[in-house]
Amino acid sequence: MIWLRALALTMALLLSGAALAVSPDEMLDDPVLEQRARDISAGLRCLVCQNQSIDDSDADLAKDLRLLVRERLVAGDSDAAVQQYLVDRYGEYVLLNPRVTDQTLLLWIAAPALLLAGLLVLVMVGRQRPTTVQPGLSAEEQAALDSLERHGSD
Amino acid sequence: MASGDGAVSIELGHFALILAFAIATMGAIGGYAFWRSGARIAQVLSQAAILQFVLVAVAFLALVQAFVTSDFSLLLAVNHSHSLKPLIFKISGVWGNHEGSMVLWIFILVGFGAMVAAFGRRLPHDLLTLVLATQSLLTAAFAGFTILTSNPFARVFPAPLQGNDLNPVLQDIGLAIHPPLLYAGYVGFSVCFSFAIAALISGRIDQAWARWVRPWAMLSWTFLTLGIAMGSYWAYYELGWGGWWFWDPVENASFMPWLAGTALLHSALVMEKRNALKIWTIFLSIITFSLSLLGTFLVRSGILTSVHTFASDPTRGLVILSLLALVIGGAFFLFALRAAALRQGGLFAPVSREGALILNNLFLATAVGAVLVGTLYPLLLDALAGTSISVGAPFFNLTFGALMAPLLLVLPFGPLLAWKRADVVAAAQRLIGAAALAVFFTILISALGGVSISLAPLGLLLGFWVAFGAFAELVERAKLGRIPIQESWRRLAGLPRSIWSTAIAHFGIGITVLGIVSTSAWESELVTTLNPGETAELAGYSIAFDSFAQVPGPNYLADEGRFTITGPNGQTRQTMADRRTYVASGMPTTEAAIETYGFSQLYLQLGEPLENTHVVRVWHKPYITLIWLGTLLMALAGIISLTDRKVRVGAPRRARKAAPEPAE
Repeated sequence: MIWLRALALTMALLLSGAALAVSPDEMLDDPVLEQRARDISAGLRCLVCQNQSIDDSDADLAKDLRLLVRERLVAGDSDAAVQQYLVDRYGEYVLLNPRVTDQTLLLWIAAPALLLAGLLVLVMVGRQRPTTVQPGLSAEEQAALDSLERHGSD
Repeated sequence: MASGDGAVSIELGHFALILAFAIATMGAIGGYAFWRSGARIAQVLSQAAILQFVLVAVAFLALVQAFVTSDFSLLLAVNHSHSLKPLIFKISGVWGNHEGSMVLWIFILVGFGAMVAAFGRRLPHDLLTLVLATQSLLTAAFAGFTILTSNPFARVFPAPLQGNDLNPVLQDIGLAIHPPLLYAGYVGFSVCFSFAIAALISGRIDQAWARWVRPWAMLSWTFLTLGIAMGSYWAYYELGWGGWWFWDPVENASFMPWLAGTALLHSALVMEKRNALKIWTIFLSIITFSLSLLGTFLVRSGILTSVHTFASDPTRGLVILSLLALVIGGAFFLFALRAAALRQGGLFAPVSREGALILNNLFLATAVGAVLVGTLYPLLLDALAGTSISVGAPFFNLTFGALMAPLLLVLPFGPLLAWKRADVVAAAQRLIGAAALAVFFTILISALGGVSISLAPLGLLLGFWVAFGAFAELVERAKLGRIPIQESWRRLAGLPRSIWSTAIAHFGIGITVLGIVSTSAWESELVTTLNPGETAELAGYSIAFDSFAQVPGPNYLADEGRFTITGPNGQTRQTMADRRTYVASGMPTTEAAIETYGFSQLYLQLGEPLENTHVVRVWHKPYITLIWLGTLLMALAGIISLTDRKVRVGAPRRARKAAPEPAE
């Protein structure tokens, strides 16, 4: 199904007029600051693209956001402050890694909850069933095995 | 160019598809009504399955012929083909759109049905009948959907002289290979689904059932593995910035059946050997195919992501959703009714091969759940609370990574544990060598590469541990180092293929993990401006920009940069990177230059002009090819496993008579 995304990307390119990802003219002179900008950018959604970060995206809007991130960093904002600045302007949608709020709590606890539930079921099933194994087969099992070998299925 | 001058006319293809739909419908009704009637109904269903295959083949060939001969009286060819396109892209254009890909999907579905009919002569008649009836039901449902809502055979009059051409990004060998492989994987799991439905209806399920199902699961899994790997590599080289996995909803949709299918392979093993986990294996068979259906159709229904869909027609979306609800809902309804009637068997202690495989299933199933929740959560939140959030790569990397780490940690133990009850200490002793090697290489590479991200050594450790640990069972069984080497070789050569298959598949996972870790941790990037004649340096490579020219291609204009790359060992290579603009559509694409050095790659992209110079982006991706090599090894393991006497498709009877089999 990659071609679907390729399709989307081409459409995005078509709309944006093909500027490509981070350009040298956008980059900051301070390598530490630039690296912070790149790291923040990787977690911000290009709002007009399909599931791409502004760091990867070619759209004009992504370029504007990249410049905005760098502007805030140069102005002395912390990483969190830059993120907050963008959330204030564009909403939570801009964050590729959703923050834990009462609305995303379920999302964040889903995986650990599933794992715990699975473990719990396993423990309960394990308790119901005897876990000690008799040496060898019981007479009943041996008979079942014999019939299986003789007749094939069932 | 006139219609009907080929071997198969478009109307004949249309008629064949309708006839296949009718036969499938009757097969499903007859099969479910008379499944107890023994050999005769089984024979009727087998013949119907083969007939469906022949008919859909005719329908598919009619489309292929129209595309190859550029018959623009076919609307589909007008919209997605062009007479000047190379032959291979004319053929792949058949499935580069919604309607045509539906026909390919059904073609593969009836192909698997025909294979079941051909290889399943030794199955009990009632089981074979029920399996084929379910396959027929699926064929009827999706052929009906295609005929009624997505007719690929629509004509257009008067026929235009030229077609509108295929999207340039899709004019790639990737489109010729990736969708058929992926579909073969998705659709192959329909056989497991049908076996599960058959077991639920007949109420009979035993170890032989698992033995019949496992080869189909293995075959589908192998296709799906190759399909996903191919898609990933296609995205990597085509999309122009070297990403290889994006946790895009469409990708997740193909990844979930893979995870579930992997779990199914392992749980069916427990069932085959120990007659345990029956209900769970049935459940996984149903869920794997359900996820395959979601993968194929949810993206087309218009609800997942509006930008991606071929089919934005809302009524069609509604039909798709109803169809999915019926198939999946029906299967789970049957499961809820009948699963409790299936007798459990096979006792075992928590620490045993069974226990290890259950742990594998626990983590894989949770991973499926996590990916599913992450993919659907934004939709649900938007629908229920009206809040838009994004769930992107950082979330999936964290959640999925956290679930996979413990799985990888215990993975090497699995094949070393005995069935029923096992000794962990003994298994650990056999893994000391693998652990020592893993620690040694992790320290070595971390020291050489520098620790750029803190989790990198942990990832390396896991990767090496799984890769080396995969061979522990082989070493053990060959008594390597304890008996003369020739004797060990003889033992290795004589081992059952299933043992080789397990070792190679697990080794492949380790290799893929190593590729992912090294490229994530030590990738380096250079974004700069260059003029012809200038040189840039990255990771020991020197990149000289030789020349720039605007070159016309067959149906595009290219900005072409030629480069000379000098590797660390002084060897030089010429390469070129393009930025193309397709004339007909005005669409731009980038053709990156990718040079492979050992397992690493240098990825070079020519960017847009900037103040009379050219933006050039270069990435050094250390050991990135290991990602795909590992998946190829996994697929190879699947093929090896399929050639094992014990699991050979269609030879279940002979297999069961095989001599006392060694533990797998």
